[in-house]
Amino acid sequence: MLEIKNLTKVYEGGTQALTDVSFSVKPGEFLAVIGLSGSGKSTLLRCINRLIEPTEGQIIWNGQDVTAASQDEMLKIRRKIGMIFQHFNLVSRSKVITNVLAGRLGYVNPAMSLMNRFPKKDREMALKQLDRVSIADQAYKRADELSGGQQQRVGIARAMVQEPDIILADEPVASLDPVLAHSIMQYLETINQEDGVMVLCSLHFLDLVHRYADRAIALNGGKLMFDGPPKEIDDAKFKEIYGKEAERVG
Amino acid sequence: MNKKKPSLLRSLGIALGTALVIVVFAYGIKVTDVNFETTRSVDRLTQLKRVIRALAQPDIIEYDYDETVVEIPFYLPCPESQEISAPQVDKSQPYMLASAYCASPQEIVQITGKNFPPDVKGPVDLYTTSGVKKPLGDFYSDSNGEFQLDVELPTRQPIAEAQRIISTIRIQVGSAMLTETAKATWDKIIETVFMALLATAIGTVLAIPVSFIAARNLMVENKSPLTSIAFSIIGWPVGIYLGLKIASLARQLLAPFLENPVQAVLGLVIGIVLVILILQWVLKSKDKKPGFDVMDIIKLLAYAAAGLAGIAVMLFLETLSRSIGLALVEPLGPFGFIGNFLYQIGEASTLIVPAIVALGLGAVVGGSLGKIGQTISDKSSAGVVKVVNIIGTTVAGASLFAIIGAGINWLYQIDNLTKTLYWPAAIGAVIGLVLALIVKPKQTLPTGLAIYFITRTILNVTRSVESLVMAIVFVIWVGIGPFAGSLALALHTLAALAKLYSEQVESVLPGPLEAVTATGANRLQTIVYAVVPQIVSPYISFTMYRWDINVRMSTIIGFVGGGGIGFLLQQNINLLDYRAASVQMVAIAVVVALMDYVSSVVRERMV
Repeated sequence: MLEIKNLTKVYEGGTQALTDVSFSVKPGEFLAVIGLSGSGKSTLLRCINRLIEPTEGQIIWNGQDVTAASQDEMLKIRRKIGMIFQHFNLVSRSKVITNVLAGRLGYVNPAMSLMNRFPKKDREMALKQLDRVSIADQAYKRADELSGGQQQRVGIARAMVQEPDIILADEPVASLDPVLAHSIMQYLETINQEDGVMVLCSLHFLDLVHRYADRAIALNGGKLMFDGPPKEIDDAKFKEIYGKEAERVG
Repeated sequence: MNKKKPSLLRSLGIALGTALVIVVFAYGIKVTDVNFETTRSVDRLTQLKRVIRALAQPDIIEYDYDETVVEIPFYLPCPESQEISAPQVDKSQPYMLASAYCASPQEIVQITGKNFPPDVKGPVDLYTTSGVKKPLGDFYSDSNGEFQLDVELPTRQPIAEAQRIISTIRIQVGSAMLTETAKATWDKIIETVFMALLATAIGTVLAIPVSFIAARNLMVENKSPLTSIAFSIIGWPVGIYLGLKIASLARQLLAPFLENPVQAVLGLVIGIVLVILILQWVLKSKDKKPGFDVMDIIKLLAYAAAGLAGIAVMLFLETLSRSIGLALVEPLGPFGFIGNFLYQIGEASTLIVPAIVALGLGAVVGGSLGKIGQTISDKSSAGVVKVVNIIGTTVAGASLFAIIGAGINWLYQIDNLTKTLYWPAAIGAVIGLVLALIVKPKQTLPTGLAIYFITRTILNVTRSVESLVMAIVFVIWVGIGPFAGSLALALHTLAALAKLYSEQVESVLPGPLEAVTATGANRLQTIVYAVVPQIVSPYISFTMYRWDINVRMSTIIGFVGGGGIGFLLQQNINLLDYRAASVQMVAIAVVVALMDYVSSVVRERMV
């Protein structure tokens, strides 16, 4: 159970990114986060693993207060939270397998990992996850030799070797074409259904939300505007979330 | 109408600006002592011609000569009592005649040579009775083996006896050979290139870790609460002091075993095995629940034991490399320098081991105390943290200022405890106390940024001192020679490269950094996995560029006694031996051009 209570984030310089956002997510749920660009979706996701420090409010994960965790405890929490990014954020000069193994850094012996030494079972796990997203044959190529869709699959494999309880996906398909978008979303769906991993995924296209999400929350200007099943987003709700000028596409 | 006014103003402005520029340059010419009159002075032009001609004939190649001397007696000045007549000459040999066989100083005498070998040249000199030589000029014999030369007699103390005018006939024999100058230049240019190589290597190795500390994007996120900062400020000096003590104690304790090579080898093996075994055992044990128990104490002791064994290993290695090196110098013959290399590594580690131990223990003690401070700040109530802060920061401030006071005392030799210990400690304590009172108990402070600014400042100051100036200091420390030059260049390289490198670190893509942080990797892992792959190639290219600069710098660092070819060049310039200086200039030009070319090719390949 992930509970977000009264989360507020004010950036240095006074930008109010999130205002008093509260919601909770059940284990195994697929939650879509929607809203315009700049509505606070990325900030919300990054507050959950504290890549961004929240200004106020609490995040409770299985009874533990994430916002009060010390730096060392935070490393332990983060390794159970996989993250997938819009621009994949792979280290382009490193090999694919190295990028995936980076997901194990929170588990392995730090001294050995600095010399690029990973236990055999971790290497096997990395190859297995690459196989699951059908790119095991690319494991020893450099990451920047792969296409966009393949790179995002490496990103998924990296998150999966963390053996995560939660996956935070920050607009995972926004830089991909519609066909690839569906294939990536299907991988996320599989992870959600087969492994029972909770997925929080910010999305732009409502049809993807309808197709994949169990539930959706909507942000506008840092405020929570909607929380419910995707099918409840009717035209009136839509205008509320995206503004009066918005037109539905897709 | 409206348009004209501004244009008038504009022209006035331009006129004023032009006048100002002229004044500035006029003043500049006065200050820089520009004087075109001197450029036309006949004396100077003659000298210039002589120097340029000498420079154009680098003294690279020479021949062996067969020398024959032809002499005539000569009186300078003419004796009053006796008549001087022409001497007898053997006309079957080369011989000389003079228009007069005695003369006063500064008189012109014509020397005629006959029967000389055709088309040869050589010097004509006046030899005193004591054998001192005074050059009169050079002769060139024509195709008949004759020459005529007007010579001006030098001003000398009058001598009553006959002196001698000697022509030396030089005939080349054998093939061309390199001159001594050329050989010395070759030796020195090799020395120069290796100085640059060594300096670049040392500078690069040290600059890499510094560059991470001097990178804003990596440091800005490091924030610690005051408790943690105060504790680690107390911990560092304590650790460093203990480290120095332990290192010297270990050396004393192990001294009996260090002398015998067999014992040293045994000790080395045992030490390495111990370190590996202990580390394996400690690292194997799994993550455990938070809390402190007996296991933690055992682990701590194990780490300490591994550390001590590590120190012993370093000491054994040091002695071994020294004695093996020394033993190898003779049998290796021409490759004896490899033995010397081993020996010097041993010597260097005598210097470095205490520093490593001190810094290592400083980091351990400072780091652990900092972590304890962090835990106190995280887990205790605000009131407790405040009290701990007040005590900790006061002590930290006092000790920090006491250390600074000791530094000042070392520099200025005040030797007054009140001024160098009590007062600074009191001031530091007050500052610490005030800081603890102002800062909210659990507020985090930007320690990373503070370290970043301090590092940047030190780097900028170091970089602004030219390596020529640094070399002067190093010459005093390690003596005149290439070692001093290498150290000076290395220090400058460290400062310059650390800055260039850190700017590369600052420009890495933040995305991978964020992604690796999100996996739960610690700071060091994040740097190794997200930053290092992005900076390897620019680092290599900057290093090549720096080597290029160091080769150029090391050609002149000899001017201040830093070894390399500059030493030779300056010597020859001071001796007015421009033909020799020319050889060194040519060598520098060739090496710099070559280096420039090689480094540009390598950099192109790398980027």
